[in-house]
Amino acid sequence: MSLFWIPLLPALGVLAPIFSDRFGRTSCAFATAAAPALALLMLLFKAPAVFRGETLIASVEWVPALGMQLSFRLDGLAFLFALLILGIGLLIILYARYYLSSKDSMGKFYAYLMLFMTAMLGIVLSNNLIQLWMFWEMTSISSFLLISFWHNKTEGRKGARMALTVTGAGGLALLAGLILIGKIVGSYDLEVVLQNGDLIRNSSLYPVALGLVLLGAFTKSAQFPFHFWLPHAMAAPTPVSAYLHSATMVKAGIFLMARFYPALAGTELWVIVVTLTGLATLLLGAYTALFKHDLKGLLAYSTISHLGLITLLLGMGTELAAIAGIFHIINHATFKASLFMAAGIIDHETGTRDMRRLNGLWKFMPHTATLAMVAAASMAGVPLLNGFLSKEMFFAETLLQHTLGSLSWMIPVLATLAAIFSVAYSLRFIHDVFFNGEPIDLPKTPHEPPRYMKVPIEILVGLCLLVGIFPAFIVGGLLHSASYAVLGGEVPYYSLSIWHGFNLALVMSIVAMFLGVVIYHNRRKLFKFQSQFPETDAKLVFERLIQCMVRGSVRIQQFFENGSLQRYLFLLFMMVAVFSAKPMLQLINTAGDRPELPLNGIAITLAVILIFSAVATVIWHRQRYISLLTLSVVGLVVSVAFAYFSAPDLALTQLSVEVVTVILLMLALFFLPQQTPKESSPSRVARDLGIAALIGGVFATLNYAIMTRSGISISDFFIDNSKPGGGGTNAVNVILVDFRGFDTFGEILVLGIAALGIFKLINRMKVSMPSGDIKGRNWTKDSHPMILRTVSQSLLPLALLVSAYIFLRGHNMPGGGFIAGLITAVAIILQYIAHGVDWIKPRLKINYQWAIAIGVLISAVTGVGSWLFDRPFLTSWFDYFHLPWIGEFELASAIAFDLGVYITVVAATLLILANLGKLTTTHRPTVEEKR
Amino acid sequence: MEMLFALCVGVLTTCGVFMILRSRTFPVVIGLTLLGYAVNLFLFSTGRLSINSAAIIGSTTEYADPLPQALVLTAIVIGFAMTAFVVILAMRGRGDLGNDHVDGRIPEHSSLSDKERK
Repeated sequence: MSLFWIPLLPALGVLAPIFSDRFGRTSCAFATAAAPALALLMLLFKAPAVFRGETLIASVEWVPALGMQLSFRLDGLAFLFALLILGIGLLIILYARYYLSSKDSMGKFYAYLMLFMTAMLGIVLSNNLIQLWMFWEMTSISSFLLISFWHNKTEGRKGARMALTVTGAGGLALLAGLILIGKIVGSYDLEVVLQNGDLIRNSSLYPVALGLVLLGAFTKSAQFPFHFWLPHAMAAPTPVSAYLHSATMVKAGIFLMARFYPALAGTELWVIVVTLTGLATLLLGAYTALFKHDLKGLLAYSTISHLGLITLLLGMGTELAAIAGIFHIINHATFKASLFMAAGIIDHETGTRDMRRLNGLWKFMPHTATLAMVAAASMAGVPLLNGFLSKEMFFAETLLQHTLGSLSWMIPVLATLAAIFSVAYSLRFIHDVFFNGEPIDLPKTPHEPPRYMKVPIEILVGLCLLVGIFPAFIVGGLLHSASYAVLGGEVPYYSLSIWHGFNLALVMSIVAMFLGVVIYHNRRKLFKFQSQFPETDAKLVFERLIQCMVRGSVRIQQFFENGSLQRYLFLLFMMVAVFSAKPMLQLINTAGDRPELPLNGIAITLAVILIFSAVATVIWHRQRYISLLTLSVVGLVVSVAFAYFSAPDLALTQLSVEVVTVILLMLALFFLPQQTPKESSPSRVARDLGIAALIGGVFATLNYAIMTRSGISISDFFIDNSKPGGGGTNAVNVILVDFRGFDTFGEILVLGIAALGIFKLINRMKVSMPSGDIKGRNWTKDSHPMILRTVSQSLLPLALLVSAYIFLRGHNMPGGGFIAGLITAVAIILQYIAHGVDWIKPRLKINYQWAIAIGVLISAVTGVGSWLFDRPFLTSWFDYFHLPWIGEFELASAIAFDLGVYITVVAATLLILANLGKLTTTHRPTVEEKR
Repeated sequence: MEMLFALCVGVLTTCGVFMILRSRTFPVVIGLTLLGYAVNLFLFSTGRLSINSAAIIGSTTEYADPLPQALVLTAIVIGFAMTAFVVILAMRGRGDLGNDHVDGRIPEHSSLSDKERK
């Protein structure tokens, strides 16, 4: 289980710098270093087991439903990377203590750094693909924070954004690739994936999965053509560059390739893609590095070139090449991290990184210069240093491969070419900075840095020397166990010694050394040659691309979302037409085999009335009152149709709703313009008619097709159980209050909410009221006619009686709470119309909001009541009783539920209409408001 | 009979959709109501058409399908609530924005005179 602590300790360590920041810079650094130091110690305790070839695994359940585990594994490769991350991380913490100025927030910097360290450890120790990816993304985010640490600098922000975009996009590709691998293998467990290499390689999805995984690796490791982000990430503080962009993050892509080496490598596709990418990156990086006048720019391109070298080695497909690649990972991390730190010191002490101004620093900082020169010599591949050993192995491997068939000779030649430039830029780093005359116009007088700032470099340079002189003793075990993990089995014999005899690889090294010096000597001619090419700034190109994409998205978004409701509706209706018409095209026979009902005169007459009034509504829609009248005719015919086709409940409901709707719309029309201006162009009208007719046609056809086919319905259940189960003979009402009572409960809730929403909208509404009709005639003075008053008053008890009757008989005959509620509401509204609000107010003191709540509550309590009898919500109960004089009668709990429905419907309807009606009276102005 | 019914549904749908695509609020409300009729009739007819067979147990031998009727019954009431909400929203919109265009503003390319814009 202690394996969990290795990534967990730095994660906890994120808090350490935040809290210790106030106690001074040194304490902050020490507090920060504690967690990784402990983790490093724990890692070293595991070394013996790992060197024996064991794979340590620790896991706990994470999302068991998805088969996900939080799982860590430690093998040779993970050990090597964890060692680099923790070891170099500790040195960076020490270095940053002196690098950061007192103006920088040290706590924040260290917290980001620890976050990044956690993420990196998570990647290398993960035993689950998705978990690995999660940490992978975490490195992108934490590196974004680190690169933009000096967020007041434009290049810092832009560089960070570019790095995040490129590596983040690569991360998405990686996720897709990992999911594909998981699909092929059937498990996201890394252990299983690594054992099923053949299954993956033989899968038809292999090329896609490989491409996506490599995309992730190449973007992270700055491989051509994604290399451009790395030089711009150099805007970061130098400790970040030294840590992220030499030793760890950019190596994550390399790690990924090494990790999946047993599962993905070995095919022709792998060899071609990885080798050529690595080769192109190697050459491009080495060549460009020579022309960079910025110290960190030179190192950045050199890093790109070395990453290309490792990629090339991993791509060649031979076991020895892979071992050489791993060896170079170690060596590159040590010499490049120390070079970055040296560059940071030079920048820190002189105030510039421009090599055209930095000259002759040897006199000012001999100690730092010595360290930097040794590291640079290792980078160039000088014997007795670690860089020489891995480069020698690299040369030997390029000679043995047959990647490009008969053109394979090109690879050693190009490798030598890259090595020549590598020698030249290393020489430039040494000679230009420390010798080559006097410094030119430096902002500061250079001097040696604080003592402890040099310690990390000394340690790393010491390692370069030790590995270079006693390779087998220092890194033999580490390299062997890492190679064992990458190759997934036995490691072939290889020799880690300085002298392999006088062979072709040595000749290549000597040639590279000699020609490198020659090139450096003639650098001015080369600079002149290079200056003929227009320099392209990757940042500008990148920004332009991003802006293009943003503009494109804005244009698409504005096309669909231009603020015009008509356009949205048009698009919506188009979609409806397309999606509903498509299946209709496949229906061959419109009419089914169900016998149709015979036509008769009444039906035809009603249909003609309906069609005519519907069309009239459209034609006269600009005369709003007329269209309202024709609309109400349509509603009447619809309710007659319900009655005709055996739906008395619907007919009653439709009729009463029709009354309230028309009253509502007439009231509303009082406040709205009386006429609609002619606005639509003829082409718009034609377009709308077209789409409307298309949808109408599709729906009519669909309707006809359904009606002429018999179908199996669940309704037989309701018919059969209405009487015995629900105790009522009106199946529609029993469904409403019993079988599907929960639905009804939801409906009355919606009704209540709508009414309350309307109440809120009416509240403090600004309205303008016309003083007369459209032709300028004044409203009648007699607003409450005598006849209407008398008739309505005498109608009220009758209407209430009818609604009570309809309510009570609802369970067995057409009727029920909805219909009775609407009838009661209409009766009361009639009183409002006949007598006015002022007359009603003292006589009918009902708070409609409360009434809605009470209605909903009664229904809810009825439903909850069944819990008392250990029944589910809304189970109904009924029984028959006998009373003298009255006879047999029935009591059902459903009637209480229906009462709730009744009260809610009455209150909601009245809340809407009475409040709207009040607008006409209380604020009625004498003249029309001028706008 | 079925064909006639389907024709009515089609005409109501066409009229409703056309009215919903208009630019002023009141025609849109009318369109919604028309479309509401069409949808209710459509849903109702999924229980197939039958005459003189109301689903009152014991009144006839064959019963009309009660389930679509129950669904449409609540749909009618909810439809009223929605119509009311939209029409009040239209009034509020006119009060707050000064016009009854569905977008809350008259498009600039409109050829209306200032008087008509109100």
